[in-house]
Amino acid sequence: MSESIVRALKCRECGQEYEIQPTHVCEFCFGPLEVVYDYEKLEGKFTRELIESRPQNMWRYKELLPIDGEPKVGANNGFTPLIRADRLAKVLGVKELYIKNDSVCYPTLSFKDRVVAVALSKAVEFGFTTVACASTGNLAGSVAANAAAAGLESYVFIPEDLEQGKVLGAAIFGTNIIGIRGQYDDVNRLCSEVAGKYGWAFVNVNVRPFYAEGSKSMGYEIMEQLGWKAPKHVVVPMASGSLCTKIDKSIKEFIKLGLIEDNGTAVYGAQATGCSPISKSVKDGTDMIHPVKANTIAKSLAIGNPADGFYANRVIKESGGWCEDVSDEEVIAAMKLLAETEGIFAETAGGVTLGSAIKLIESGKLPRDESIVLCITGNGLKTQEAVLNEVAKPRIINASLKEFDVLAEADGVK
Amino acid sequence: MTIAVRIPTPLRKLTAGADEVAIEGATIGALIDNLEAAHPGMKERLCDENGEIRRFVNVYLNDEDVRFLEGRNTALKSGDEVSIVPAIAGGC
Repeated sequence: MSESIVRALKCRECGQEYEIQPTHVCEFCFGPLEVVYDYEKLEGKFTRELIESRPQNMWRYKELLPIDGEPKVGANNGFTPLIRADRLAKVLGVKELYIKNDSVCYPTLSFKDRVVAVALSKAVEFGFTTVACASTGNLAGSVAANAAAAGLESYVFIPEDLEQGKVLGAAIFGTNIIGIRGQYDDVNRLCSEVAGKYGWAFVNVNVRPFYAEGSKSMGYEIMEQLGWKAPKHVVVPMASGSLCTKIDKSIKEFIKLGLIEDNGTAVYGAQATGCSPISKSVKDGTDMIHPVKANTIAKSLAIGNPADGFYANRVIKESGGWCEDVSDEEVIAAMKLLAETEGIFAETAGGVTLGSAIKLIESGKLPRDESIVLCITGNGLKTQEAVLNEVAKPRIINASLKEFDVLAEADGVK
Repeated sequence: MTIAVRIPTPLRKLTAGADEVAIEGATIGALIDNLEAAHPGMKERLCDENGEIRRFVNVYLNDEDVRFLEGRNTALKSGDEVSIVPAIAGGC
């Protein structure tokens, strides 16, 4: 086993470094902490050949994930398909379009299985026996499932009005599921206080710096699956803004390690108009993020006070990307378009990503003749309410060939 | 007028471990100044050089983020509870 290259936790604001420990904010300036690495230790050792020789899961990049040795939780998570979406590309009028499909991520059908695998592995390393999270739904399911499989106790906190599929998709794993009256931002606030009082590993509070790093695996996979190449453009849904910063970090790391050439990748952020504080800041040309009260069917993105908004804004601007946001109607239309052209049933956040991409293409911000990757982060079966009344209902007939013949004739079937 | 202020874990070194302190203050701004007087080091962690609440710090008056009220100028009354909460991530 190669030596860990993790150096420390470093404050993103003032640069103060801390030993690796379960903590997430700087004691000096309250800035968020991020895991930093000594990349030079990997020089010549972390090669395409080594990565390709490993099993197809997120841990084939384990040197760049902040765990010690082998993963303790979620050993099979990650490695989802990257598909070339030619039928959708034709509709959008673009040349080279790909979908990174985390709607089929193992085991709970969202990209959260990546971050949770890292967070819970780290929690076990730190000696925690209870794990917890504040969640808009996908994280709750992933924490509950991965904790169950690892024999950890879990508490998950969600807004009380979440989609049934997300509630059920967490409760089934025997977790302690707590619904909070209020929005995600209220859940977040409570959890911050709960985390301070109970000695648990809160995946998006005290182990957040490790948790967030798990998202990088989505970016590593995209580059490997494109044939060791970064796309020219990547469109990412944004709630807190974390994923977009980690996709960017994953690309920079692969460049630094000589695994790919710098392709000048631009990162684009997608939000729902009913909760678009980051998109608004980019469009307004400011780095000030004004919190909003969220109101959108894309509940997994309904974070009115985005913790990583400032950094997402910076990544988008520095990389040459842009932001867009879409109405609930556009979200639904995009979910249907993705399903009908590519056979992928994404959750509402996927509708936000595709809907925003469509607007970016139409406005010319996304060029039609260069490679574009859309990041789909969750599964539509968990947000059925959004489209329940938008799709054709089954036509009911008796088990009679005569009745079907009538129906087929009406459809014009020969 | 005394206000109960809930202190998050990362700041408890400044309050000798206390998770709640009682502080006087007619507005959020005054409260932070008095918090600084009682527990030196608090203000520089909560506010930037212009005295604005740092972007990674959320201050709640009862159940409302003071950014949705009048920020530093938000008036306080007896029985109010103020929470200081570091921003945390979720979603994508």
